[in-house]
Amino acid sequence: MIGFQIKRTLRAGIKSLWLHRLRSGLTMMGITFGVCSVIAMLAIGTGASQEALAQIEKLGSLNIIIQSVPPPEGQQADEETSRIREYGLTHQDAARIQDTIPGVVMSVPTRRVRQTVTHNAHRMDTDLVGTVPKYREINNITVLRGRFIEAMHLEKRAAVCVLGRNAAETLFPLGGAVGSYILRGEQRFRVVGIVTSFARGELSGKKLIGDPNSEIYIPLTTMNLFYGETTVFGSSGTRTFEKVQLHGLTIQVASLDDVRRVETVITALLKNSHDKEDYQIIVPLHLLVQARRTKRIFSIVLGSIAAISLLVGGIGIMNITLATVMERTREIGIRRAMGAKRRHIIFQFLTETVLLALVGGSLGIVLGILVPYLVEKFAGMKTIVTLWSLLLAFGISAAIGILFGLYPAYRAANMDPIEALRHE
Amino acid sequence: MALAELRDVWKTYQMGDTLLHALKAVNFTFEQGEMVALMGPSGAGKSTFLNLVGCLDTPTRGHYILGGRDISTLNDNQLSEIRATQIGFIFQSYNLIPQLNLIENIEIPLYYQGVSERESYERAVALAERVGLGHRLTHVPTELSGGERQRVGIARALASSPLIVLADEPTGNLDTKTGQQILDLLHELNEDGVTMLVVTHDSRIASSAQRVVQLVDGELTAWDASAEPWGTPT
Repeated sequence: MIGFQIKRTLRAGIKSLWLHRLRSGLTMMGITFGVCSVIAMLAIGTGASQEALAQIEKLGSLNIIIQSVPPPEGQQADEETSRIREYGLTHQDAARIQDTIPGVVMSVPTRRVRQTVTHNAHRMDTDLVGTVPKYREINNITVLRGRFIEAMHLEKRAAVCVLGRNAAETLFPLGGAVGSYILRGEQRFRVVGIVTSFARGELSGKKLIGDPNSEIYIPLTTMNLFYGETTVFGSSGTRTFEKVQLHGLTIQVASLDDVRRVETVITALLKNSHDKEDYQIIVPLHLLVQARRTKRIFSIVLGSIAAISLLVGGIGIMNITLATVMERTREIGIRRAMGAKRRHIIFQFLTETVLLALVGGSLGIVLGILVPYLVEKFAGMKTIVTLWSLLLAFGISAAIGILFGLYPAYRAANMDPIEALRHE
Repeated sequence: MALAELRDVWKTYQMGDTLLHALKAVNFTFEQGEMVALMGPSGAGKSTFLNLVGCLDTPTRGHYILGGRDISTLNDNQLSEIRATQIGFIFQSYNLIPQLNLIENIEIPLYYQGVSERESYERAVALAERVGLGHRLTHVPTELSGGERQRVGIARALASSPLIVLADEPTGNLDTKTGQQILDLLHELNEDGVTMLVVTHDSRIASSAQRVVQLVDGELTAWDASAEPWGTPT
């Protein structure tokens, strides 16, 4: 059996590719950009969805979030007669959910009042959020300085507050917030801590209220004491006022299996006690499942688009190799006359296309790592280059080299040596 | 024993509705170490004859026995193997591969024989020296003169230590003086025992061969200078 002598074949392949540097380079670029776009697209896709997933996971997959929302206009029963729009969750709802639904481990109510607070010359319009100590636990709040609201504060209806990081920076640009006082009108609140959390933003089209870093937290009981059981607010110039008891209720259940059941019960319960749809239930677990599915589809779509550019690159290789085969017809004839078998000719041309594809693919991998890095740096999008996407891209480029080289090589090998020798 | 033998060989091509007989009942025997000149007008079947003897083609009818083996029935792979080991080709237009240097061109048949890299290099250098090109080993064909190129072609034909060397108009593209040098080289090789079939229009080659045959209309006959129907070669 006559061997193929890989080393010599490779050297010959490199030599004849080098002979047509420009052509080889241009052909390679097709593969380079294809591989690069596959890796970059997957990296951007993975990064984007990972960010969404992380955000949902931070919301807590054991949590069920209920928010008060203004009901749709048409459902407003007494709109004509009343200037006050009353809607949202009530203290009664919170108590019922906490007491009657088994599986609910904690329920954390929040109330918000839009206020202007000051410290010396520094002032800020922000939400005062009345809540309970467990808010910290259920919302993944990190305490930077001091402490969060404690049971004692709640009991004593203490005039204390906890600042979100941004609020602390605005009101106390020089630091020293903990232990100092902020003013809301005549009312003084002692700052007991500074906290931070991830931004809530928007999740699958449902807007989560509030920016935890700009908010100021006070005990719920204190808020009830100072502002009454309901929040009434209206904008000057309009005659409508809004009256809301609780703005939000976050519920945590014992295990993942409880989520769906508790959600069903809560939905039924709220439907019974509210005659209009003035609340919204957000279940991070559902969003998580949905986001995972979206992530997969996203990756597949982006990957396919990129794969098309790889395919174009592969067709480029085939095109050039077909031209090369035509151009080198005589060489093929000479080699056949000198005793080359068909498989020698196939191997010779395949070596060249695989070399092109692999070198192009390797460059593509380098670019494919670089591009997401640049995207992350300049566009601020999170990207994740996974090892498997590199392996996939490399594998695909090798496969393209073989696949798109096969037909031209086969044509070369099947030329009649006599005709090939006569070829001008 | 005969080195190669053609027995009642026919080669027929289908051209539309008509059958074209390129070779008609050709019988021929090569003896070890002889130099045979083949003459004949264009289109008389010389190329077909050469391709058959060179195992690039198989007869439509009849038998071709080379080195004791009937090649008429071999497949493409087996024919390739025979070309790699038992046939050496010399072409009128040299047919060197342009991107390969002198040594690499000579090495081609050895590569397809599967000779190791080191051994094939040594053999190629020895052959280059034998044809008088020991000083230009790394030159590519475009850097060589016509005569030098044909020497490379001859060295390449000898590389595989073939049973028979086939030369198709080896001096056809060369001036008289260079042609004569190439001819002298072929004679030298023949004296060293290389069996050769030279297709030529050149009566000088013909006159220096041990045996001259001619192909006219696909029929092979002994050379008859007086009956030369296509005139004196130019």
